[in-house]
Amino acid sequence: MWQFFHKLGSPKWFFGISTRFMPWLLAGGIVLLMAGIIWGLAFAPKDYLQGNSYRIIFIHVPTAFIAQSIYIMMASAAIVTLVWRMKLADVFVKAVAPVGLALTFLALFTGAVWGKPTWGTWWIWDARLTSMLILLFLYGGVIALDRAINDEKSAARAVAVLVLVGVVNIPIIKYSVEWWNTLHQPATFKLTEKPSMPAEMWVPLLLSVLGLYLIFGWLACIRMQTEILSREQRTRWVREFVLKGRV
Amino acid sequence: MNAKAPPAVQLAGSSVGVLAAMKGVFARDMKVAFRQRQDLLNPLLFFIMVVTLFPLGVSPEVSFLREAGAGILWVAALLSVLLSLDHLFRHDFDDGTLEQLVLQPQPLFLLILAKTMAHWMLTGLPLVILTPVLGVMVHLDGNSIAVLCLTLLIGTPVLSLIGAIGAALTLGLRSAGVLLSLLIIPLYIPVLIFGTGTVAAAAEGATVGAYLALMGAFLMLAVTLAPFAAAAALKISLSNG
Amino acid sequence: MAFDSFSAFIAMEGHGPYVWACYAVFFILMIATMAGSVRSRKAVIESCRRGYEFEADRSKVAASPAPSASFTRVNVSQD
Repeated sequence: MWQFFHKLGSPKWFFGISTRFMPWLLAGGIVLLMAGIIWGLAFAPKDYLQGNSYRIIFIHVPTAFIAQSIYIMMASAAIVTLVWRMKLADVFVKAVAPVGLALTFLALFTGAVWGKPTWGTWWIWDARLTSMLILLFLYGGVIALDRAINDEKSAARAVAVLVLVGVVNIPIIKYSVEWWNTLHQPATFKLTEKPSMPAEMWVPLLLSVLGLYLIFGWLACIRMQTEILSREQRTRWVREFVLKGRV
Repeated sequence: MNAKAPPAVQLAGSSVGVLAAMKGVFARDMKVAFRQRQDLLNPLLFFIMVVTLFPLGVSPEVSFLREAGAGILWVAALLSVLLSLDHLFRHDFDDGTLEQLVLQPQPLFLLILAKTMAHWMLTGLPLVILTPVLGVMVHLDGNSIAVLCLTLLIGTPVLSLIGAIGAALTLGLRSAGVLLSLLIIPLYIPVLIFGTGTVAAAAEGATVGAYLALMGAFLMLAVTLAPFAAAAALKISLSNG
Repeated sequence: MAFDSFSAFIAMEGHGPYVWACYAVFFILMIATMAGSVRSRKAVIESCRRGYEFEADRSKVAASPAPSASFTRVNVSQD
């Protein structure tokens, strides 16, 4: 068990194993995502309430869902950074935070554009959109703090503290935003809540969520590799990899 | 930082109890603050000025101010607490007192709790005391003002406690002020929502006991968790120097 | 197929601009993120290689008879 943990913390080991997995992640991700999107765009039946505009769901839900789960993953990695000081954990946080920011932005953008035909306005202070906006701020803070601290080790640990403080707050923020929303406007038409979704709708949705997850996995791997290479320049294995092309 | 060297300034010796050490830190912060009175006054002036901007910038109409007043006062209080946070650790960091604080045998999070309490007494409490005057200026009725003061009384310590984490994280960084706001404002949102929501509920004639209890729960959560996070952040920032 | 013709598919009964704008932005941003990640990985490898070759050149120079006066080069990490 401890040996496995030790291995897991070794950048060299991660580099080797991720290089083997990455082509599969990328290929599987693209195939599933495209299958889900094409199915959803061209073959899924029209929604009887929202018409064809609901087809945005096949990218809105995956981006929103994965953007939220990336923050949870970052929080788990932050605990590992603070408790076991595992190098890979803070490499992970640093590598995926910008991806989380990009996906949160996409979820917000698609939500806003979806809102135009549905609510007749680009932006509504809907509970979900507002919580996503706050998530965007949290990601922005994490990235800004990481950039502001020069020393690698203290940057990693400070970011870990910030991510953990953020993750404690996320349920509170979600709850309070929902409460605030019911206070200011009676619950209207929600974007993604359907009483029951037929299989022709949720199967492509599931496919695109899975596909985007795999693509995120690939992105995380390649960005972690970049970070590892630049941190471990002075080690022999990086030298051998760069000059001879193998680990 | 040599951990083995004895602390040059003995805020509290190893024989001193935890409570005495907290009291010492608290009393020292108060004393230092009262020597620089302008620093105490600045957040209050800022508070008044921000509130003044709204009638000038949006509308002086009684109906608008009555509706938006609680929100305006809450946002202004939040911003002035944010403005004052930079001072929480900065002076002590510059003159090395903070390193001595970290080296004390007493648990650091309790000392930080004492520091944060002093910070609240010096910024949050004066804001609460000033609120009735500004509340009258934005045409809030008596009941709303009372509830607003209560929410600020419970809410501003939460702002100070959460802010201490941000102040500790950004200690000694370039452009720490802007960064601090970026990190902390998202975390302030729940307090703001419930603070203004409580006043809105009171204006509609609802009983506010449940809302105040919820804000009290926020305060308890912040008191128990924030000092730990701030202590961890402080140690990281000091090892960075 | 949920649509009768290709033009109906593009128009989406008037919702086309919204749907296609979303998908366009999604693909542009995803491809940009992915391409950027690949490129920065290549850039790091390239800068490592240049560093190693520079070091190798220097050790060759050091092996030849030393000049009477020399400077000490201080390696400052650039990250």
